Amino acid sequence: MTDSTATTGSPLVKRGLAEMLKGGVIMDVVTAEQAKIAEDAGAVAVMALDRVPADIRAQGGVARMSDPDLIDGIVEAVSIPVMAKARIGHFVEAQILQELGVDYIDESEVLSPADYVNHIDKHSFTVPFVCGATNLGEALRRLAEGAAMIRSKGEAGTGDVSEATKHIRTIRKQIADLQATLRSNPDELFVAAKELQAPYEIVREVAETGKLPVVLFTAGGVATPADAAMMMQLGADGVFVGSGIFKSGNPAQRAEAIVAATAQYDDPAAVTAASRGLGDAMVGINVADLPAPHRLAERGW
Amino acid sequence: MNPGITGVPRIAVLALQGGVAEHVEMLRELGAEPVPVRSAAALSSGPWHGVVLPGGESSTMDRLLRRFRMRDPLAELITSGVPVLATCAGLILLAERIEDPAPGQTSLGVLPVTVRRNAFGRQVDSSREEVSTAFGKVDAAFIRAPEVTAVGGDVRVIARRGSSPQGAGAVVAVATDQVIGMSFHPELTHDLTLHSEFVRRAHRQRHA
Repeated sequence: MTDSTATTGSPLVKRGLAEMLKGGVIMDVVTAEQAKIAEDAGAVAVMALDRVPADIRAQGGVARMSDPDLIDGIVEAVSIPVMAKARIGHFVEAQILQELGVDYIDESEVLSPADYVNHIDKHSFTVPFVCGATNLGEALRRLAEGAAMIRSKGEAGTGDVSEATKHIRTIRKQIADLQATLRSNPDELFVAAKELQAPYEIVREVAETGKLPVVLFTAGGVATPADAAMMMQLGADGVFVGSGIFKSGNPAQRAEAIVAATAQYDDPAAVTAASRGLGDAMVGINVADLPAPHRLAERGW
Repeated sequence: MNPGITGVPRIAVLALQGGVAEHVEMLRELGAEPVPVRSAAALSSGPWHGVVLPGGESSTMDRLLRRFRMRDPLAELITSGVPVLATCAGLILLAERIEDPAPGQTSLGVLPVTVRRNAFGRQVDSSREEVSTAFGKVDAAFIRAPEVTAVGGDVRVIARRGSSPQGAGAVVAVATDQVIGMSFHPELTHDLTLHSEFVRRAHRQRHA
């Protein structure tokens, strides 16, 4: 640092909040009351939206940013960070969310995209963004646009964890492949960047460090403590839980159990204890039964 | 290797949630042996020559400490006098009093200070800036940071925001002979100033 003036909105400051969320659970909430339940259960942050993905899926129609009054109500209700969703490419929804003082914006495929070509230029905001990705190339393109946190997409609103598993495994394998390329044939990293459709400099950085330069959470279909612990064992830094909590039989208890299992993910006795007596999980839908046009993970590119 | 006979101080790094890896990396670089601790069993596997309470979400860590029955043994370990370094949420955990706790939130209550959470605003107000401390200048990241609003006992103010330690800015770092607590994150900028002082203290503890 060359002077003593404060710098807001730098990549370090934007990524820094996500670093502090590591090992934690971020919960979808649609009311201030749910937000309080999430905070009481030990959530590290809440995601404010007006319908959970399972309801967006069931009700259909265009899904948009939440009403500012609803977001205000949630921001007022809790002391933990509040995230909120904007449609892919909808930079004005993002401007509104920044104006409302949310702590992170999720440029999310769960909402209906507003632009089928461009994502939001996230560098031009002070508030940080988290974006979804199904593979490494997609994650790196979002980083190039200024995302400060990545979540693997999974298939939101299903309660079926298989897509989340596929996406986190894919990202991890592609990182390992880049590391192998760097060791054996570093000159092939240029082609790797072309194939990943991502900037060479970021591809090179990932090959050298063996990880994304930002925090990587998983999302989409996590419904049980065991699901959350599996994501952590697969290398996630933390977990988003959407419909899985407030579409279950006993949200408060399930939320607390998922927080506990995420913290002690590598201790089978602890995950077992967290899994007991939670009542009904969300019923869910098998991703294999979803017609392709209804798969949210395919939104975004 | 028997930890009791190495020349390296063993540091328990509370690892229930938050920015743990950054502290682990810096402590290794400074020649200490950091051990991430996520259970009561791990916490009881001393000897410990220091304790690090990282940044993260203080209400989450508090809840997990109680659920996993780690709160009392951790408070006892700190009361026994081992050196402590605490950043952001870690400082909130140490505090005797939290002005604005989340509903039901408690703390270890082992440091006679009062803290106010999220004292400088929301994430858009988070910033990186240089802070003058009693141990030297620190390149610091303030992320939804708390401030210390009152100090008691033998707690010394070692840094204020935007001015010298003697100035009028908000108190953002405090120390005793045992504890170094700060509301900011030197671990996000990899600034070793305060960690170096902590590891020196851990070495002395090992020889005590």
